[in-house]
Amino acid sequence: MDYRHSDPVKAEVVPATAKILIAGGFGVGKTTLVGAISEIRPLSTEEVLSDRSIGIDDTSGADRKTTTTVAMDFGRITFRTDLTLYLFGTPGQERFWFMWDELAYGAVGAVVLADTRRLADCFAAVDYFEHRATPFLVAVNCFDGAPSHQPEDVQIALDLDPDTPVVLCDARQRDSVKKVLIALVRHAITTSRANPEYQGKPLPAG
Amino acid sequence: MSAPRDRWLDREAGPIVRPYAVTKGRTAPAPGSYVGLIDVVTAVAGARLPTDARLNRDHRRLLSYCHQPITVVDLASDIDLPVGVVRVLLSDLRQYGALRVVATPRGPATHERLLRDVLDGLQTL
Repeated sequence: MDYRHSDPVKAEVVPATAKILIAGGFGVGKTTLVGAISEIRPLSTEEVLSDRSIGIDDTSGADRKTTTTVAMDFGRITFRTDLTLYLFGTPGQERFWFMWDELAYGAVGAVVLADTRRLADCFAAVDYFEHRATPFLVAVNCFDGAPSHQPEDVQIALDLDPDTPVVLCDARQRDSVKKVLIALVRHAITTSRANPEYQGKPLPAG
Repeated sequence: MSAPRDRWLDREAGPIVRPYAVTKGRTAPAPGSYVGLIDVVTAVAGARLPTDARLNRDHRRLLSYCHQPITVVDLASDIDLPVGVVRVLLSDLRQYGALRVVATPRGPATHERLLRDVLDGLQTL
């Protein structure tokens, strides 16, 4: 397994890590999904953003320079001591997209969580992952009382590539979430065979 | 419930603060010293720091959490500092030779093997 690392001197095994992104509109259940399968309560850390990354034109000089932070939720699943999978909930709003490049870099793939009552909320995420050629699937979160739709209808409504899987799920149920992740990784394996060069687009320098 | 779209500084954006004093105002590591969110860091045992190394309290606190290999996001969460700040401090420590950063190598063959291991792992959950 040559992606693992070992220190030839100390024979120290450093765990291999992988990540999956959980995207979708505000309030669609991303944190619920992460919490349903994570071995830890979803944790939060923050990314520091400078004015430059926000894109605000600040002409008033360095003394007015401010920094804002965005909370990132993440969960963790340790399969064996030497492989850990991280699940990152992506910030829900378009203004935080520059963070997605970092999150998507080297990712196994992404789950776009959708609510059929507000399907338009996930257009942006679908566009993003299609444009980036990141393997993704759409998981329709079947809330109580939400109108049920066939996956085919969702596929048409989102104008998805026919190869992009659409699955139904209950983001509160561990087994359901597990099936979603398995479907995603299978899809990523198929995609990776079709396009062996894909490993996540590199980050811009700096 | 939808967040207001015309304001940057709402609840989801988090608090607006001055650049962190602990990083001397730096909001990003030096170019070329990128540390990924799930990269694993580990303290170098018995490292001799350069004489001009300036470690502050947070540098030392970070190091004390890195005796066992730990990912950058876990570290940031454990010590309750924003991951952006942690990455700046980690790049300092790496420069001083006090810390090793191990990025999971990316390549078509290793990537597919990693995918298979993730699949196996999920199936046996």
